Amino acid sequence: MSAVLSGGFSAYLYRDLLLAYRCRSDLARPLIFFLVVSTLVPLGVAPEPARLAALAPGIIWIMALLASLLSIESLFSSDFQDGSLEQMLIAPNLLAMPILGKVTAHWLVIGLPLALISPLIGIMFSLPAVAMVPMVLSLALGTAVLSFIGAVGAALTLPLRKGGVLLALLVMPLYMPVLIFGSATIQSAVDGLAWSGSLAILGAFLAIAMALCPLAIAAALRLSS
Amino acid sequence: MKLNRQWTWFHRLGSPRWFYQKTQCWLPWLGAIAAILLVTGLVWGLAFAPPDARQGNSFRIIYLHVPASFLALAGYYLMAIAGAVGLIWRIKLSFMLMKSAATIGAALTFIALFTGAVWGKPTWGAYWVWDARITSMLILLFLYLGMLVLRHAFTNHESANKASAILGLVGTVNVPIIYKSVDWWQTLHQPATIKLTSAPSMHPDMFAPLLVMILGFYCFYALALILFTRAEILERERRASWVRELVAEKQGGL
Repeated sequence: MSAVLSGGFSAYLYRDLLLAYRCRSDLARPLIFFLVVSTLVPLGVAPEPARLAALAPGIIWIMALLASLLSIESLFSSDFQDGSLEQMLIAPNLLAMPILGKVTAHWLVIGLPLALISPLIGIMFSLPAVAMVPMVLSLALGTAVLSFIGAVGAALTLPLRKGGVLLALLVMPLYMPVLIFGSATIQSAVDGLAWSGSLAILGAFLAIAMALCPLAIAAALRLSS
Repeated sequence: MKLNRQWTWFHRLGSPRWFYQKTQCWLPWLGAIAAILLVTGLVWGLAFAPPDARQGNSFRIIYLHVPASFLALAGYYLMAIAGAVGLIWRIKLSFMLMKSAATIGAALTFIALFTGAVWGKPTWGAYWVWDARITSMLILLFLYLGMLVLRHAFTNHESANKASAILGLVGTVNVPIIYKSVDWWQTLHQPATIKLTSAPSMHPDMFAPLLVMILGFYCFYALALILFTRAEILERERRASWVRELVAEKQGGL
């Protein structure tokens, strides 16, 4: 029984990680996007360190949010096109487990690298050193929530040909609480306040998303078949 | 056997034809009550209620703003519940109600935001302020727009129904979270410099017309929902024999 329950999870996690490893250039795209768009901010606003540091918590989080959103669209689409999604749907496993595996893989491939690379942008934006650890932690937790919520949107828009902008419209309002608490974590650290509270709320969001989103994703995926 | 009988009424309730015929006789009543309440509330509120001590006459837009905001929010839940009922019991009528509720809800949210902006100019000196309630309302508008856009993206009614019902349910879980987050965000960024005159502190002379307006808006909402749904029923069931008979009857009468 437990093999049936967890089998789907680890098998799909392994499969998606392997697929990501085989197309490493796809993997780098969101990271490069994150870096390039961050470069636009000093060019568009001002290069003064004080102003950039004031903007940094929000800007870094918005960039991470967009990078995650950009990559979530392809979460199910290639499986949908080559028919392996059909296999996943008719398999006797609990559908939530393979989905959990796929979303976890997405987070490991996109969200976690974004979190790890963020200190680089933090330095470029002259963010104080005390804010680096909270930034990495909040991005690591928050991008996992973003992956779950985004996957709901990706599953809903899967049968549509031009789902890209639509996906963004559906998912952005749902991302807002994560953005609020994510950037607040960094901001509190910059202001010298305790930041563990907002980080804990991000963790709570993740717990809710992890429990509920796979159900919604499963229901949405069944529509496409 | 007993179970069977219970389900018959439930499914009859879900039949578009039954709904269409049943609501026919409700419409004039509902329309009359809504019109009386709205006219009474408006005249009372705009002409007879005393002006506010600090805001003068500009506060009177509250008689449109508050009822619209109330129903915009309540309408989201109605829409989501209708979607859930449709998903669980596979009732077509429920999906039609959901679609109508989405359209009306988006319009009401827009009205609430617009009247809020008009009210904000004389009161706060700006059309737009990033106040917690305004921001949540804006996000609610985005949620409604997402529902409408998702619906229109599907060419197949069946998938459009189910997809928007799922999105509605996801949104329902999120609406309280969004509200709380925005509230918290607002207190973090700007201490409460802006305060609306809240309902309980209102003078009874001002509050009574507001209550009438809220009731009137509820009736108007019900009327609009029924009318939208009836139009939707006719469009979807246009190939059904009873709709054809109805059309033939209308054309014969002309």
